[in-house]
Amino acid sequence: MEEPNIEYILKLARGEESIKLKLIKVLQYELPLEMEAYYENIKLNQWQQAAFHVHKIKHKIAILGLEETYSMAEKYENQLSEYRTDLQSDFENSLKLMLNFVNTL
Amino acid sequence: MTCIIIDDEMMARAILEQYITSLTKIKVVEAFPNAITALKYLNDHEVDVIFLDIHMPDFDGFDFIKTIKNPPKIILVTSDKEYASDAFEFDAIIDYLVKPITEERFKKAVSKLNHRSRVKETPQLIKKEVATSDQTNDFYVNIGNRLIKIDFSQIMLIKAQGDYVEIKTDTNSYTVHTTLKKIETKLPKKMFLKLHRSYIINTRRIIDIENNSVLIGREIIPVSRTYKIELLNRLNLL
Repeated sequence: MEEPNIEYILKLARGEESIKLKLIKVLQYELPLEMEAYYENIKLNQWQQAAFHVHKIKHKIAILGLEETYSMAEKYENQLSEYRTDLQSDFENSLKLMLNFVNTL
Repeated sequence: MTCIIIDDEMMARAILEQYITSLTKIKVVEAFPNAITALKYLNDHEVDVIFLDIHMPDFDGFDFIKTIKNPPKIILVTSDKEYASDAFEFDAIIDYLVKPITEERFKKAVSKLNHRSRVKETPQLIKKEVATSDQTNDFYVNIGNRLIKIDFSQIMLIKAQGDYVEIKTDTNSYTVHTTLKKIETKLPKKMFLKLHRSYIINTRRIIDIENNSVLIGREIIPVSRTYKIELLNRLNLL
């Protein structure tokens, strides 16, 4: 399984520690909120809204350098729009992986 | 040169702000988490550039562009590669950045700002669409291997359902593989109105309106706050 990284953030910060920390802080703040919104919609069987949140989370997936996960999330987003959830556990496992990683930063 | 950022995602706003401040002389005057607040801001302030996300709840980037009368230069920022072709139909749009934005691509987009003059008119696409759809009385939808003609006057409402829309007429219901946004461009604007991100209605078919819903046939259609003002403006009130 591919591992998350912060190469994108490091490149963006251009060596400035304060910028790096600021971006990590935003990531640590926003990812759990997006996940919570996603899980809430799943719990209520609101697939379209869940797809919307998957779409938002995809950006974080890409920021963390998870290319394969991004492709999977893209498929899952389409599935949800068609009221299907085949990739739900794969996606949610990736969320856990991301959150664990982000919390160690 | 001044700019605003409109994106409901905090991380996206932070990334853009970092690129803009570190790589350009553009001043970020405000960053908004939604398009409505940005619209209010633009009523009182002028900016040269807008970095605009498309995929936002309730009022998306394209709704925003259609609403502003004299748009400044716009750079779209989104994860949706599929919207690229739609984006360039609008004159105000200078470039289209796919998230996560790379430095190289960002620089390219900014360099284009200097080569385009400010748009003083409503985007041409909208004008064309109005002209086309207001001159015809029907359109054709592809169902299986058939092209079925539907008269606009027969349509009661159109409902978004994932990658499909359901067109409800007096006698039939057609499920068509398209988006509400695409179908909206084919409809006469005088007759049809988007009331919610999932519904477009034929305003001539309204039976009554109560609080935040509209009755059409036997269906109760929700009215979003965003579209309520437009709905009320359309009514011939005594």
